[in-house]
Amino acid sequence: MAAVGQVLRSEWTKIRSVRSTVWTLGIAVVVTVGLGMLICALAANDFRTMPARDRLTFDATNVSFAGMGLGQLAMIVFGVLVVSNEYSTGMIRSSLAAVPQRGTFLFCKLAVATALVFLVGLATSFVAFFAGQAMLGDHRAYLGDPGVLRAVFGGGLYMTMIALFSMAVATMLRSPMLSLGILMPFFFLVSNILGNVSATRKIGRYLPDQAGQRVMQVIPRAADVPYGPWGGFGIMAAWTAAALVCGYVLLKRRDA
Amino acid sequence: MIEAVGLTKRYGAKTAVHNLSFQVRPGTVTGFLGPNGSGKSTTMRMILGLDTPTSGHATIGGRPFRQLPNAPRQVGALLDAKAVHGGRSARAHLLSLAQLSGIPARRVDEVLGVVGLQEVAGRRSKGFSLGMGQRLGIAAALLGDPQVLLFDEPVNGLDPEGILWVRNLMKQLAAEGRTVFVSSHLMSEMALTAEHLIVIGRGQLMADMPVKDFISANSADFARVRTPDTEPEQREKLTAALGAAGAQIAPEQDGALRVSGLPLPRISDLAHEAGVRLWELSPHQASLEEAYMRLTQGAVDYRSTSDARAGLQQAPGGHPQQFAAPHGFPPAQGGPVPQGAMPGAQPNPYAPQGPYAPQPAPGQGYPPPAQGAPVAQGPVPGAQPNPYAPQPPAAPMPPSAPADLSAPHHEEAR
Repeated sequence: MAAVGQVLRSEWTKIRSVRSTVWTLGIAVVVTVGLGMLICALAANDFRTMPARDRLTFDATNVSFAGMGLGQLAMIVFGVLVVSNEYSTGMIRSSLAAVPQRGTFLFCKLAVATALVFLVGLATSFVAFFAGQAMLGDHRAYLGDPGVLRAVFGGGLYMTMIALFSMAVATMLRSPMLSLGILMPFFFLVSNILGNVSATRKIGRYLPDQAGQRVMQVIPRAADVPYGPWGGFGIMAAWTAAALVCGYVLLKRRDA
Repeated sequence: MIEAVGLTKRYGAKTAVHNLSFQVRPGTVTGFLGPNGSGKSTTMRMILGLDTPTSGHATIGGRPFRQLPNAPRQVGALLDAKAVHGGRSARAHLLSLAQLSGIPARRVDEVLGVVGLQEVAGRRSKGFSLGMGQRLGIAAALLGDPQVLLFDEPVNGLDPEGILWVRNLMKQLAAEGRTVFVSSHLMSEMALTAEHLIVIGRGQLMADMPVKDFISANSADFARVRTPDTEPEQREKLTAALGAAGAQIAPEQDGALRVSGLPLPRISDLAHEAGVRLWELSPHQASLEEAYMRLTQGAVDYRSTSDARAGLQQAPGGHPQQFAAPHGFPPAQGGPVPQGAMPGAQPNPYAPQGPYAPQPAPGQGYPPPAQGAPVAQGPVPGAQPNPYAPQPPAAPMPPSAPADLSAPHHEEAR
């Protein structure tokens, strides 16, 4: 039995020795914070002209996470590359020859990458919150307000989970091109369309990102959402778990 | 000890490896020979537990790879030199593999030294040449100081110095009592490196025997005959006369003729009767490369149509038009195989050691059977300083390993 500690250490070496780690995570932070600040500034500007109903449901916390829609794409790239690099380079053979216990190998790899993403995601979420609130001026929310701390913490969790989901999908698909080609348009376009077109909204809200984003909202965007913040995050976690199980089974069965 | 028992791998309708059984013993270099696509890599992956055999099994030291305790300390493998993240430095690549196997980090610098990559250890491997990639792959295989080593085409992309280095390294590892299993599609390389041969074609076992036996079983005599270059009509005359006497004649690249089926004196007599002057009449033995081609070509024909079977009937003697054409695999030496050309007649990176060098060498037409023997007896002359054993004292060079080629390596491997 290969020691888990060995695999963890090795995976950490792998992650920190490629530049794509810094690039993808850096872009995720910059885009999420930067775009969030921009949209907060615009919202602060337009607040007076907003319809009364929008003013009443204005979710200052969530507005500062507006950049996450784009920032998560960089997280997806990170998640996909962490796993599919092994396949595209052929390194997977060396790795699995060293660690024949494929489950240990996979879950250690995912654990290291997920821990890193969690730290980066949590920091991003807090920075995006404070920077965004600074832009909002009078309309800002405070960490002590009800639900706000949960939402900010949830922002970090959301980013972590989206990256983990991407890793699981990449484990199934192996090819970075295929994985990105499916995940990027899905989270950038398809999910948003399904979630916003009235005919498909009821289904769309059960998609991993739509459900998961609920945890970052202090005030639910739609009143009839059938799950709460943690319920939504739970749905996202269930998607991820399902993808992980598929990925694990495939890795176990497949020829490397 | 590696053992394969009835190893079979099917990909859908295609059978990559069929009922392969063999043993690879410690203490010798075992060559695993076959044309491209014959199933060598698939077999190696199955031995390493990466691919699951459709039926049969492979074991290392009596256990399936995936059940070996601490496998990377027992088995090292080079499967694909390009299997490295291009953005990662050589050192980081090896470090991640070392950590994966619980090998201390200082071992990374040791193996980098062994393969001569210490100068570029910090560089991203994207910029590595194929030869450097091979060295990096070999370093990875040596990391765990394993008793069993598998190398898939380790000399691909290496320069002659690198080839000699790999050859000596393999012999040295075997001399230390390790099991060394090396695949190649180069018969000439294996003749120099290996003591035992396992030849497969189309996923089936064609031969499993000592190199010595392979040579004596497969070499055939022929004569090289050269008529004056200035008078091509003499050549035609002689070809006709020899043909009428029942000889098989194939032209060689440099204009000489390769005649089999007639003893030398009889060729001389026939030439004299025909009034043809000879510039050369020398005895030769068919090269291993050719024996290997014949052997593996048989594997191709085994499943082919009757058209190709005609090629088989012609092949052993060599017919001018058909001699080289039907070989069902890429030429071993890297260039197109010219019609009727012997490997020795081609530009050959192994020329200095080449047993097939074109110069007349009676009794030397192939590596002497004892080629591998000095290795087993002790230190390999010209071998690198290595981490596994105290550096052997310098020994006299055997005739087949010229000193000038091995000399530069001492620096590199330090």
